[in-house]
Amino acid sequence: MEKNAPNIIELQNISRVFDDNGYVAVQDFNLTIGRGEFVTFLGPSGCGKTTTLRMIAGFDLPTSGQILLNGEDITRLAPNKRPINTVFQRYALFPHMNIFDNIAFGLKLKKISREEIIRKVKRVLDLVDLEGFEDRSVATLSGGQQQRIAIARALVNEPQILLLDEPLGALDLKMRKEMQLELKAMHERLGITFIYVTHDQEEALTMSDKIVVMSNGKIQQIGAPEDIYNEPINAFVADFIGESNIFKGIMTGEKKVRFCGGEFLCMDDVPEGTLVDVVVRPEDVILTGAEEGTISGKVTDVIFKGIHYEITVESGKYEMVIQSTKTPKVGDTVGMDLEPDGIHIMIAEDHITRFEAAVTGDYQLDYNGRIIHCDLTTVIPGARRQGEVLVDGSGQVIDPSRLRVHVSIEPGDIQMSDDVEAGLTRGHIINLIYKGDHYCYVVRTEHGHDLIVDDEYLWNMGDMVGLILPQEKMTFSLKK
Amino acid sequence: MKKYLGTLIVVLVLLLVYAPILILTVYSFTDATSIGFAGHFSVHNYVTLFTTPELADMIWGTVALALGAAFLATILGTLGAIGSFYAKHKWQSAINLVNQIPVINADVVTGFSICILLVAVFGISKDTYIPLVIGHVTLCAPFVYLSVLPKLGQMDPSIYEAALDLGASPSYALRKVVLPQIMSGVLSGFAMAITLSLDDYFVATYTKPATFDTISTYVVNATRGSQTEIKTALWALSTIIFLIVLAVALMMNRMQGRTDNERRAKAAERA
Repeated sequence: MEKNAPNIIELQNISRVFDDNGYVAVQDFNLTIGRGEFVTFLGPSGCGKTTTLRMIAGFDLPTSGQILLNGEDITRLAPNKRPINTVFQRYALFPHMNIFDNIAFGLKLKKISREEIIRKVKRVLDLVDLEGFEDRSVATLSGGQQQRIAIARALVNEPQILLLDEPLGALDLKMRKEMQLELKAMHERLGITFIYVTHDQEEALTMSDKIVVMSNGKIQQIGAPEDIYNEPINAFVADFIGESNIFKGIMTGEKKVRFCGGEFLCMDDVPEGTLVDVVVRPEDVILTGAEEGTISGKVTDVIFKGIHYEITVESGKYEMVIQSTKTPKVGDTVGMDLEPDGIHIMIAEDHITRFEAAVTGDYQLDYNGRIIHCDLTTVIPGARRQGEVLVDGSGQVIDPSRLRVHVSIEPGDIQMSDDVEAGLTRGHIINLIYKGDHYCYVVRTEHGHDLIVDDEYLWNMGDMVGLILPQEKMTFSLKK
Repeated sequence: MKKYLGTLIVVLVLLLVYAPILILTVYSFTDATSIGFAGHFSVHNYVTLFTTPELADMIWGTVALALGAAFLATILGTLGAIGSFYAKHKWQSAINLVNQIPVINADVVTGFSICILLVAVFGISKDTYIPLVIGHVTLCAPFVYLSVLPKLGQMDPSIYEAALDLGASPSYALRKVVLPQIMSGVLSGFAMAITLSLDDYFVATYTKPATFDTISTYVVNATRGSQTEIKTALWALSTIIFLIVLAVALMMNRMQGRTDNERRAKAAERA
């Protein structure tokens, strides 16, 4: 046992599968936490962050993998034998004990002298700014005060690691902001390792030294708050951390990328022809005059947010959210531009083209006046045909005018044709990239949508082509 | 008119419920040998009750049985409820169902089947009192379980984990943290177990030693017999039991009222 090892805790290949339903809560989780670090597990509910925390505390056992504390295996050690304390989501104070007995609970088990216990309780109450609360009962405290007592009760045992499971979730906004700063200050003063679980990205960015972004039981990215914000590794992280516009795009040259109907210079040197996801932070979009920007669009929404306006601009089939102190009016045409360092390029995991279709009165899909055949009973859960109409699971008639369906298709399945009327839509070629054995084209459709099409024959820039989207290659999903 | 009708119905119902007990109480203080006959005021029924050794033995035996069986049933029922509360959901439903059956089942079936199992199959003699005690524990434990489980539901389930987290062993955490939270449920389960055991006739008939009688079995046999002396003494016993029950009911009512008031005061202090 190496007390001075730089890493206090290591999680190696941790997985947790619930035996009753086979649900994989945590999958191949690897993490090393340094002594004195403030680490946050961040992710949406059900991402496995709380399960991971419970395994560190000892309330839950991993199905496989190891947890090392100071280099020693504690995977199967009982929770009461671990030098780790937890602050619970709903405080979990003991209602039948007064504040003193609550805080002294752990100390009494350690056979410490009465005077020492009194002294330690007093000191930790000072630390959380609740001096003189020893004789109060739990029920007489406000939520914020109970939270402080819960923190005091954990800290008084001088744990090597303090685990915090969404401890501020039940507090109001102002209280939460205050407690965030206090916790951060406490961490700096005490030098204890904190592991914090939250779904609130702002909380994570404010407090942590290191953030672990999780989704579906897997680690998506580990890094310092700035790195995670500025260099998200994939579309999930980009979307979860901060506001962002995410576009599908393609590299069209050296440090050149096409997305959102325009071609931009960027910082990332990714080979030409690579399909990418592009992240643009709303605060990085520069609003220009209608004719001056690289792309332009119509303002559809302006919301006052206090220090800035949140402006939604529709450009062709794309939508860009912008934060700006300028205030265009709804309906204005504006230009938009981006600095190279305002564009973050990520290699795309998939590049499925997705567009939206309306539903006609006889339950067919309508894409700009053309019909796509689709059996809606397979798209809407529980729906069935009843004579002329479609009814949902509870027998209610489904109103087609309120339905929107997403149609997805792989770029490789789209074909080009000389006959401009042959396919579902048509467009002209705006980019042409040679990929060794085939060409990759970007086709701007008549509706302002850039589609990526692979073809082995050479076409010319500017050619007008018909785009055939085979219906058997399409997949459909309901727009929520 | 409507108002009077309502009052009249309430009075009639109360009369039906309490009149028999009142008549019994009145007659217990007379020297009449049968209800319906006139008699003079006398406390000789009470004297007989406390001076006949056979009656005293029967009363103390019943009370001892009730306390003992209730004590064991409370431990079993409470542990069962805690176990089921922290079990996985499907196990909890299964335990709930298994617990439900003896509650609904007729006592005569419970008593008879315990008698067959313990006496006929395992060959345990009724004279050891073991079948009787097991019978009454079986009778009471499911009710304790039912009175403890909702208290666990009201408790924050993470306080048990919090106690472990602070270094408590599982048994220490149960005793010092979980038990105080569910104490009211445990106590009312215990009280219920006592009344169930006192009330029981069927289970006792099938499992008791031949020489031992509980109040219920004794009363049934005595009222069939012709020993007027003993029969009228039982009126006195009934009166005493009724008064004790009345006192307990009033006390529990007051206690409930007090905790409610305390809760209200606390809420006010907080606001």
